Amino acid sequence: MSDTVNIEINGIKLEVPQGSMVIEAADQAGITIPRFCYHKKLSVAANCRMCLVEVEKAPKPLPACATPVTDGMNVQTRSPMALEAQKSVMEFLLINHPLDCPICDQGGECDLQDIAMGFGGDISRFVEKKRVVKEKNIGPLIATDMTRCIHCTRCVRFGQEIAGIRELGATGRGEHTEIGTYVESTVDSEMSGNVIDLCPVGALTSKPYRYSGRPWENQQYKSIAPHDCVGSNITVDVRRGQVMRVLPRENEAINEIWLSDRDRFSYTGLHHRDRLRTPMIKQGNSWKSVDWETALAYAVEGLQRVKQAHGIEKIGAVSSPSATTEEMFLLQKLMRGLGCANIDHRTRQLDFSNQDVEPIFPWLGQSIAELQDVDAALLIGSNIRKDQPIISHRLRKAALNGAQLMFVNPIEYDFNFPVEEQLVSSPAGMVNDLVAICKALLSITGDKLPQEIESRAANIETHDDHLAIAKHLHAAEKATVLIGNQSMGQAELGDIRTLANIIAQHSNATLGYLSQGANSAGACLAGMLPHRGPAGTQVEEGLNSQTMLGQTMGGMVLLQLEPEFDCADPGAALNRLKATDFVISLASFASETTKSYADVLLPVSAFTETSGTYVNVEGHWQSFAACVSPLDDARPAWKVLRVLGNLFKLDGFDYMSSEEVRDECQAMAANVVASSQSELRKLGESSQDNQQMMRIGYLPIYATDMLVRRAQPLQETSDAINIAIHINAETLSKTKLNGEAQGMVSQDGQKAAMPIIINENIPDQCIMVPAGVIGSEQLGNSYGPVDLSKS
Amino acid sequence: MNTLTRYFKSLFLIELIRGLRVTGRNLFVRKVTLQYPEDKTPISNRFRGLHALRRYPNGEERCIACKLCEAVCPALAITIESEQREDGTRRTTRYDIDLTKCIFCGYCEESCPVDSIVETHVFEYHGEERGDLYMTKEKLLAVGDKYEKQIAAARKQDSDYR
Repeated sequence: MSDTVNIEINGIKLEVPQGSMVIEAADQAGITIPRFCYHKKLSVAANCRMCLVEVEKAPKPLPACATPVTDGMNVQTRSPMALEAQKSVMEFLLINHPLDCPICDQGGECDLQDIAMGFGGDISRFVEKKRVVKEKNIGPLIATDMTRCIHCTRCVRFGQEIAGIRELGATGRGEHTEIGTYVESTVDSEMSGNVIDLCPVGALTSKPYRYSGRPWENQQYKSIAPHDCVGSNITVDVRRGQVMRVLPRENEAINEIWLSDRDRFSYTGLHHRDRLRTPMIKQGNSWKSVDWETALAYAVEGLQRVKQAHGIEKIGAVSSPSATTEEMFLLQKLMRGLGCANIDHRTRQLDFSNQDVEPIFPWLGQSIAELQDVDAALLIGSNIRKDQPIISHRLRKAALNGAQLMFVNPIEYDFNFPVEEQLVSSPAGMVNDLVAICKALLSITGDKLPQEIESRAANIETHDDHLAIAKHLHAAEKATVLIGNQSMGQAELGDIRTLANIIAQHSNATLGYLSQGANSAGACLAGMLPHRGPAGTQVEEGLNSQTMLGQTMGGMVLLQLEPEFDCADPGAALNRLKATDFVISLASFASETTKSYADVLLPVSAFTETSGTYVNVEGHWQSFAACVSPLDDARPAWKVLRVLGNLFKLDGFDYMSSEEVRDECQAMAANVVASSQSELRKLGESSQDNQQMMRIGYLPIYATDMLVRRAQPLQETSDAINIAIHINAETLSKTKLNGEAQGMVSQDGQKAAMPIIINENIPDQCIMVPAGVIGSEQLGNSYGPVDLSKS
Repeated sequence: MNTLTRYFKSLFLIELIRGLRVTGRNLFVRKVTLQYPEDKTPISNRFRGLHALRRYPNGEERCIACKLCEAVCPALAITIESEQREDGTRRTTRYDIDLTKCIFCGYCEESCPVDSIVETHVFEYHGEERGDLYMTKEKLLAVGDKYEKQIAAARKQDSDYR
């Protein structure tokens, strides 16, 4: 039997794969068949009946979305019978649909409007009363007008098949069918915004965008999402120089057609009141708005003064891992041009012990699309569902196809796919778990323990769980080991990296990194590292972000960074910065805290206002242009850095465009061979002190960077967690805080009072206090020892 | 021959007498000249003059910010910004018509699903400065309030044909 069949649609002869549906064949050939419930990424429901077509020898019209092709099939989509059927279906659909297009946000991009125009009748014969459905409040992101619903069930299928949580469902029958949450609740999926795109009518629309514009007014600009290492392709809708909304742009290799809520709704923070609109300099205790010339001259003069007073080694530059490649390339070029080697972007990292052997850039080891074909995956320290929702979706597809997904995590996370194993232990315990997995794996393969882990492995026992993980990884044809975001902040990252390498090597798995921010890969390639120049070249080694922010420097340059939220040790960073002589902050936003330590504020563009490049975790360079002009006096950071280079009279700062910067950087990186392997280093001794309470500084999905933290709608979702002590009941009962509602967390001499929440997902002898949220600024290391006391 | 005819015609002032005959006839016809501004011509109920935004009898503004008038305006004279009002309804925060751009085609009125933007019978208005002819939402609503009776009457008269 051949793989393809020959069919004819509207007289056009087509050869299509066996088993495909008529509508797929028609779509490929560019023949329009109207549809509401059919969607290429969802299962076939065939309940709207809009795609009825005439098939030769069939007595009645058949739904094209649910009719498989057969050899010699002859389909007519525009025959009188098909047109009559489509027209009748349209009339039925419009019976209960309200005529409120003028106030409906979907108006102008509504499938129902378009198809009614193309395939419907011209008048309505319906004079009876229309059905009314009560509106539902399903959260701060999605607005509902359920009266408009035509029951295509795309949103329901999205919940089941893509988001993995059945949040929306249909209740009732016939005319009484209603789509809603079964009990009164909100839709909490981190991908929930996609139902707005899926809804063919105006029943589910965007709440932040509600009633603010019309699709025909917006101009579409292509861009790249700036919040995670995926680099989702987006379209930014702009009206009269203002960003109106963000929509996904189809890219089958990266985000398919989906977009996480973080990428979709972060634009709402662009005009936050903290937005820096003019350059400002600090005079005494007050801030003065000045023009760019004054501010830049002040910055240059300040840095030169510090250089003379303290020496160049007392100056440092730290950037957010979400700045563009061009910005970081220029910043490191500027600093290195001044003779300063203290450059870093790894702000949430604590352990730099084996940074010399780490890969040139954090690489996924495979393409994002390949992840959906893995047979087994071990993720180390990752809440992938919230950290990188799009990658999580790929892994979910793999899991539904029978792949075993296994986790070694500091918190028991709730995933939307079947999880084979999730080992939960304290940060130090995670290393022990990995050692045990290594031991189990090597006992299967019969290899000798590598000497690097021998001493640590001696007194670690292997349990069934470890053995099961090892077995699955070893048995899988295509396995992968991924190091997640929450390993990065841990005190034993070096050990985790070594162990992940050993596990990957001996199980024949691909090792990969899920890096932090949008552009960790770009940062490493641009040389935003203290120990490596652009493309990993050898340079004189400088101080890393921890050492820089852990001591009092003479001068600091911060790029799109709020150390009080973005650093592994915010308390120390904040105190040190306050004591630093001269701090230049190039940022889009400046809070009161920023103003307490900075001396010059240079307003730089947010991602919609600058051109740039993000290198995603696959090593894929994605450039984008500015969508709108910078707000007020803000300027693209690459231009500011270029002018700073000119003012310091450095050579090689004559760029005319960001493309020139990118080309220079990309040419240097052309010979970089992507690799996720690294040399093994001897493990440190277990640092676990069983008596000491450990903090797990989980970084919530909506606290990752300065823009997201200011996106109000996202901060109202249930994923935005407030500062609190999360602790399990048993551990709590052993502390002094038993029975209290409030507790005091002390770390490195800093104290903060916060509510206590019982959370059984936290391992014993640990508390989870989120990082990056208000109230966490004063605390110490995200992963480190803490003391609890009564408040 | 022609020369001869022309000679006699001009000799007896034939052309002049013919012309005076028209003048004489019109001396006794009823006059049509109006003493504007004391007198005015009658106006069609579809006359397209100064724009106005209407309200419902309960005082609620009609406009729902559907932006059809903005989209249809061939002179791009209309600018609208909208938002969700506290009571949850869709309303404009800005509704501007630049009368110096407007060509008075009446498409805005025709596209309006709620009869909110209308053109009144007012054609005698002026601006002393350029900005005076830039109608804002407040000005348009004020025009609507002032001429509502007349606007309603014109719509009623035309309703059989709509």
